[in-house]
Amino acid sequence: MENPSVILFYSTNYAIWTKNVLQKLHIEHKMASVPRHLSSECGYCVMIQNQDKEKIIQILHQNGIEYDRIESLIGLS
Amino acid sequence: MLSPKAKVVYFDNPATSFPKPEIVVDAIAQCMKEIGGNPGRSGHRMSMEAGEQIFFTREVLSDFFGVQNPMKVIFCSNATDALNLAIQGLAYQGGHAITSSMEHNSTIRPLYELEKQGKIRLSIIPCSSEGLLSCGHLENAITKQTSMVVINHSSNAFGTEQPIQKIGEICKNRGIAFIVDSAQSAGILPLNMAKDNISILAFSGHKGLYGPMGTGGLIIADDFNHKKIRPLKFGGTGSLSDKIEQPDFLPDCFESGTLNVPGVAGLRAGILFIKEKGLACIRKHKEDLVAYFLKKARAAVPGFLTYIPDSSIKTGIISFNIQGFLCSEIANALSEEYNIMSRQGLHCSPLAHKSMGTFPHGTVRFGFSIFNTKEECDLAIESLQEITQKKGKK
Ligand SMILES: Cc1ncc(COP(=O)(O)O)c(C=O)c1O
Repeated sequence: MENPSVILFYSTNYAIWTKNVLQKLHIEHKMASVPRHLSSECGYCVMIQNQDKEKIIQILHQNGIEYDRIESLIGLS
Repeated sequence: MLSPKAKVVYFDNPATSFPKPEIVVDAIAQCMKEIGGNPGRSGHRMSMEAGEQIFFTREVLSDFFGVQNPMKVIFCSNATDALNLAIQGLAYQGGHAITSSMEHNSTIRPLYELEKQGKIRLSIIPCSSEGLLSCGHLENAITKQTSMVVINHSSNAFGTEQPIQKIGEICKNRGIAFIVDSAQSAGILPLNMAKDNISILAFSGHKGLYGPMGTGGLIIADDFNHKKIRPLKFGGTGSLSDKIEQPDFLPDCFESGTLNVPGVAGLRAGILFIKEKGLACIRKHKEDLVAYFLKKARAAVPGFLTYIPDSSIKTGIISFNIQGFLCSEIANALSEEYNIMSRQGLHCSPLAHKSMGTFPHGTVRFGFSIFNTKEECDLAIESLQEITQKKGKK
């Protein structure tokens, strides 16, 4: 991904829920291990294109999917 | 003497359904062979795939029971486990609980224990001779302190159906939590959390939903705040690993410990099997078998006794006795001499048998599944005939 951001969740149950919703809507995304510098969670997060962020926030909201926060990874790799 | 090759007739489906559909067995095997990870614990692909198995089943279950948020589906190891979580989880605040005399011990025992410990006050409302709870009696029993009403949708001992929608309406209008035990009705009777005004539904995965043993769960209504329920188990969830506090969000707050992933995958296949058949078709099959069996048994087996009007049997259960026999004699002879599996006695429901006048001896119970046939009913009737004739000759 060129301009990646990650959605962090309190629980991987919500990460998988998000993956399935984004998949159905054909929105680019990838499951990834939680970057250690961002969180001490042991599970995974959903990586998205930074430019899709606003659209995805709306989708999460519409589906009632709770998430912790969205962090940009630009410039970190 | 019974030939080891004699066909097995399995009529103990209310205890657990058998056989399981092929797709259930295949889903479990596939999960065990190919999806070996622990869901939610690790960041690798196999862990995620296991997590997806769980998620897909949550989606199927929430859709099946009319709940929008799949995270409101909590996996437990059976209906008893789920009922204990709901009942004990709500009771920590005290108050007054109401239940009926048609309950299974998985409801009555936790309630009775809480009452014994002085944590709640309990009212058990007697049901009619047809096993029905009167809404008037329920309304009279409700007090300002009433915090929960727990009702068995369908009796495991007699196959009767409670008017849950009306009971739910009464509870909803008064802000009382309504817990439904769907162990015997899920997969047979229509159930919709929203339409039926249910706050919390406990289900068994291994009976009418055709999943494997070791599966079951709770479904919490979209408009019911899960924080009113206190977890019974505390421990690892894979989430908030930096904290020693139990998470308070769904479903993690109630799902400490590794889930039965192959079982949950099998349960999803069971529900897909039911959806394909259609509840109406499953019900019709059972009703046909009940009508067929009762008509023939009454004509052919002297002293054949049932206890409720035939029209009150809603879930394919026949509870009977034969005059001059103990129910244990019948069930033992059926198993040992004819390879027919049934359950005799009180079916973990002493109060239900008291309500119907069959306590303390109980009844023989046949419970049909989608896989039972009229030929099996014929075989059972011939066997019962022989059993009665043999005793007559002695
Ligand atoms: C009405 C009812 N409730 C609860 C249960 C308990 O179910 P489980 O065996 O899944 O714990 C049963 C099982 O027979 C039942 O019939």
